[in-house]
Amino acid sequence: MADRITRAEVEHVAKLARLALSDDELAALTGELGAILDYAAEVSALDTHDVTPTAHPLPLVNVFRPDVARAGVPRDEVLAAAPAAEDDKFRVPRILGEAP
Amino acid sequence: MSAREIAADVRAGRRKARDVLEEHLARVDAREADVHAFNLVLADAARAAADAVDRGENVGPLAGVPVALKDNMCTRGIATTCSSRILEGWRPPYDATVVERLRAAGAVVVGKTNLDEFAMGSSTENSAFGPTRNPHDLALVPGGSSGGSAAAVAAGFAPLALGSDTGGSIRQPAALCGVVGAKPTYGAVSRYGLIAFASSLDQIGPFAANVDDAALLLETIWGHDPCDSTSIAGSRASLGSGADVNGLRVGLIQEMIGSEGLEPAVRDAVRAAADALGAAGAKVDTVSLPSTQYGIAAYYLIAPAEASSNLARYDGVRYGLRVDGEDVSRMNAATRDAGFGREVKRRIMLGTYALSAGYYDAYYGQAQRVRTLIIRDFERAYEQFDVLLAPTSPTVAFEIGAKTADPLAMYLCDVCTVPVNLTGHPGMSVPFGTDAAGLPIGVQVIAPALGEPVMFRVARAIEEASP
Repeated sequence: MADRITRAEVEHVAKLARLALSDDELAALTGELGAILDYAAEVSALDTHDVTPTAHPLPLVNVFRPDVARAGVPRDEVLAAAPAAEDDKFRVPRILGEAP
Repeated sequence: MSAREIAADVRAGRRKARDVLEEHLARVDAREADVHAFNLVLADAARAAADAVDRGENVGPLAGVPVALKDNMCTRGIATTCSSRILEGWRPPYDATVVERLRAAGAVVVGKTNLDEFAMGSSTENSAFGPTRNPHDLALVPGGSSGGSAAAVAAGFAPLALGSDTGGSIRQPAALCGVVGAKPTYGAVSRYGLIAFASSLDQIGPFAANVDDAALLLETIWGHDPCDSTSIAGSRASLGSGADVNGLRVGLIQEMIGSEGLEPAVRDAVRAAADALGAAGAKVDTVSLPSTQYGIAAYYLIAPAEASSNLARYDGVRYGLRVDGEDVSRMNAATRDAGFGREVKRRIMLGTYALSAGYYDAYYGQAQRVRTLIIRDFERAYEQFDVLLAPTSPTVAFEIGAKTADPLAMYLCDVCTVPVNLTGHPGMSVPFGTDAAGLPIGVQVIAPALGEPVMFRVARAIEEASP
């Protein structure tokens, strides 16, 4: 298994996970994740070269239903629960580019 | 008084649902400030529901029975928090299927119970709203993550409660609080409206003070639901009422009865329960499931990986908390840092790492292959045995704060329960005596997929033999 997770890797993972972690959180998590991953790495002790991975306990198949319109969740109630809404849509800060 | 007796009396007109409710609310008034089982007590709504039952409007199999709901199940127009700040102020626009089924059966929903944030924990200490305390001893944890539901039943706040179990979150708090708790077969109960944690593992199930009441609640909520694509089609067998174990083959899981950190009193209780089944005519033997020793390691890669994906939806856009940022990406990250607690962040980080480029196959892929090995071990065991027996929790209830500084120590609370989530099989915890200090011990009964009828039969036999 790989070497212990570094602080730089933890910062990278926090970016991937969209978490603006504080310095204290990054420091604590570096140690904690290292210890947990050391334990979790026990799974590599088992020989699994011809074992199929299980993603799900049920043999799932696609579920179909007739294409008939039916009532959904009321839009007004959904938008009322959002932090910000405008013109029947969710409102968010700007997504692209620098401020004009 | 049992849930069955309450429903029978209310249906026959011998008791009023309103009177039943007021008795339970009086107990909430007396002890809730100490126990903190609930995030929200719905006294007014419950009174209205009880009065409707008394008017004959809604007289089903749970007529007038108070039920507590874990606060990760959606209730329309009623705050549903997952004990997280990130869902602050959110009121779901729909009811979970289990909530609809409870109401249709005449049940009276009394409140939303506390949990470890997003059901991540084994002690209910990871709640943004403070810990729940064990009704048997307020210095101790109730277990988790469904600690509020277990404590509500143990304290007599409600005869029935629903919880969810991803790695032991129904069975372990049931054991620590001295009540019955069952995780049904994966797919047996609809998860529509259950806020997702780890989708290949999560399952809703019942808490009750006795095995028959747990069966009654499970029979009310299970069955196919077109709103849940993982819901198993077809009808469910009745859970029966018998306790006959004559001729049944019962396997005692060697690795769990011999596991490191198992308290002697728990080991003795499981052996005594096995002996009692033997005396009642069951054929008891030990069985080895070697791969289950890797259950916790596999689980703590698979569950966080799925959680990191499921919890991506908390982005400050559609519900709950938003912390402003100059663009969307900074708003997302600031919201998530402010809204999630420490354990949730830890698991999101762990899962994101296990799924990230370069580590996917060594961690997540390998954990999925180990999951297959664990399933094979159980399948082999079921060639020789009808049900399996194990401890539920390696220890009795521990002190509040005892494990909060060591995440791995907390994770090991689930060593005997996690394998059953990885296989998707049903498992339940039944109280069986106490340790020397009088703290409850739970024995776990495990059955093959959709083996709930035999699992409940064995559970009744254990309940009858309990000291």
